[in-house]
Amino acid sequence: MKDTLVSRRAVLAGTAAAGALGLCGFPARAEPQWKKYAGTTIEANLIKGPRGELLQKYASEFTDLTGIKVESEVIPEQQQRQKAVIELTSGRPSFDVIHVSYHVQKRQFEKAGWLADLSAFMKDPNLTAPDLTVDDFSAGGLQFARNDKGEMHSLPWSVDYFILYWNKELFAKKGVTLPKTFDEMAVAAEKLNDPANGIYGFTGRGLRNANMTLWTNFFLNYGGEFLDDKGNILTDGPEAIEATKMYQRLLTRTAPPGVAGFNWMESMASLTQGRAAMWIDGVGWAPPIEDPNASRVVGKIGYALVPAGPKGQYSAAYGDGVGIAQASTKKEAAYLYCQWAVSKTMGARLLQSGGGVPFRNSVLNDDAVRKGVKMPPEWLDSVIGSAKISKLGLPVIVPVAEFRDIVGAAVTATLSGADPATELKKAHEQFRPILERSEKS
Amino acid sequence: MSTIAEPAKVTAGAKGEPQREWRPPSYWPFVAPALIVVLAVIIFPWAYTIWMSLHEWKVGSPTTFVGLANYIRLPSDARFVESVWHTLVYTALSVALPLLFGTLAAVVFHAKFPMRGFLRGLFILPMMATPVAIALVWTMMFHPQLGILNYLLSLIGLPPQLWVFHPATVIPSLVMVETWQWTPLVMLIVLGGLAAIPSEPYESALIDGATRWQTFRYISLPLIMPFLFIASMIRMIDAVKSFDIIFAITQGGPGSASETINLYLYSVAFVYYDVGYASAIVVVFFALIVALAGALLHLRQRTHWNDAGGVA
Repeated sequence: MKDTLVSRRAVLAGTAAAGALGLCGFPARAEPQWKKYAGTTIEANLIKGPRGELLQKYASEFTDLTGIKVESEVIPEQQQRQKAVIELTSGRPSFDVIHVSYHVQKRQFEKAGWLADLSAFMKDPNLTAPDLTVDDFSAGGLQFARNDKGEMHSLPWSVDYFILYWNKELFAKKGVTLPKTFDEMAVAAEKLNDPANGIYGFTGRGLRNANMTLWTNFFLNYGGEFLDDKGNILTDGPEAIEATKMYQRLLTRTAPPGVAGFNWMESMASLTQGRAAMWIDGVGWAPPIEDPNASRVVGKIGYALVPAGPKGQYSAAYGDGVGIAQASTKKEAAYLYCQWAVSKTMGARLLQSGGGVPFRNSVLNDDAVRKGVKMPPEWLDSVIGSAKISKLGLPVIVPVAEFRDIVGAAVTATLSGADPATELKKAHEQFRPILERSEKS
Repeated sequence: MSTIAEPAKVTAGAKGEPQREWRPPSYWPFVAPALIVVLAVIIFPWAYTIWMSLHEWKVGSPTTFVGLANYIRLPSDARFVESVWHTLVYTALSVALPLLFGTLAAVVFHAKFPMRGFLRGLFILPMMATPVAIALVWTMMFHPQLGILNYLLSLIGLPPQLWVFHPATVIPSLVMVETWQWTPLVMLIVLGGLAAIPSEPYESALIDGATRWQTFRYISLPLIMPFLFIASMIRMIDAVKSFDIIFAITQGGPGSASETINLYLYSVAFVYYDVGYASAIVVVFFALIVALAGALLHLRQRTHWNDAGGVA
């Protein structure tokens, strides 16, 4: 009853506002001047995937709202990152808005000064809607978007938390319960492992580079920190060694053969074909898992937090945002687009389709939005739970790709029996000069 | 006006004198377009690449001249050395196997039998497919648990293999894809060679009582040798620069077990953005290709058709 009253009041208020707007002939003070840049055309460079495609799909709504035309270019992730860097280096990028992968590009973009500072725009009521405030972004999002001076150089759009996918049917068959710690998980995986019938206890990324996103979740839960106060990399310490031993144990004893070459695609195939009992990866894979055309385990998968390690329980987070090229001449129009991209409407669509998780608390905490989520309720719980324990999944440095390749190769090598301590030491020595060179330049 | 008179002079000169005479400046405009194109698309990029290879050149940072430092780094870069080795193994196998199977197929398709045209057409289908598309199909077929290859092995009682998911078998598995796709090309070239051989040598061989193997070994093979060299040259160039199939299937993995120079080069240039070092790799890579092509050409010189029609 109370709900009805509130909503009725809201409707009345809305009607009154609309009436006032009609009488005055210009927008109410609370709203930005959406139409001020009508007739402008902006270019947006987006990453192919649920996030980028969502923005492209609804771009006409933005044009209706503002009169600004958007030319969206949607490119596969790796190529998009290359294109962005090459064009931004040239000083004359072909785009105004750029979709940024924070976990790979944050430091690189900040050092090069490629993105425009949005702090002033965010304070300008003519440009920014009152509900878009810095505080509305989660801590992780702000960690990604702000530079060390506290300036916002992009708007955080979507976050990817690592969660545990588990096959309830296989668990029930063997009488195993959901593990709460890594040790329990290893024991559970060994019980569930049944190679004779083609079923394995655990699956996950083993492929060099790709495997780092999974490995770092182990590293974090074993108490690992990527960098010390002086910016030195710390991936050969006891935490890293212990984390690698656990990773090695799971992926050599209880994972499908060939896991050293698995990326998310192969891992997901094992899970969706009912051949793997557990999988740790990003939250965004729920839609294909729950799609009867692509999966044999629809309705059988549980979603849970990544189990705790001896030094804590974290969810490795990776994220992306939208920023404006410093070289753009249409920054205001581009800013309106960025604002629309991270708006509540678009955030709700993102969450409800299961394609990602918006960084804005007001979207996540909205009951109406939550009710519209098409994924199982457990999935949403795992998302909200992960948000509370999230930590950045990769070090904030320029040579992230080299880091992933070099340490990733060491971690992959342990899957063929190499000793974790020796491999990590070797990788550390190989990577340290690269990091030093990049920080010097 | 003089331009009209000049061609007559050339025709006159061309009759007996050698061609290397100095041409007057009025000829230069005719050479210029070709010269500009060659300078712009071949010479300039090359000179610029060499220039970049002498610098510490990271995208987003200022560049500094470092002399030969990038080249000095190469021999101690384990990943580079390993990638050279992978490239050589991959190339050798990807030339030899299609050559062997392509020649066999050509001999088969050279014989006359019903539906030959249709089957020939069917056989060259793999060559027409887009490498990235077929690479994705093969990736699924290689999957150790769900792929059809292990299922087929199980039908004949063989244990499952890890194919591209194990460092020891990844290169042979990739070569298998390469062989599947490019055997038809070799077949087409050799088939052309076989069709060009006159029937008389075969007839006299028949009269002399040669066996089928002897006919092939002593008549067909020597006569198609020049074609085999052309085929191996084309295959060699293709295999050395192969990128799409490897990138789409393994991205150089597991670890770096299938990382060829090309893949490593791609990482250095477009993932690490270390353009200077990448340029040094390109220069060395180019030298390697020239050396391989030179070696093949040298062999080819020794097996050309001589005036008598046979092979020297």
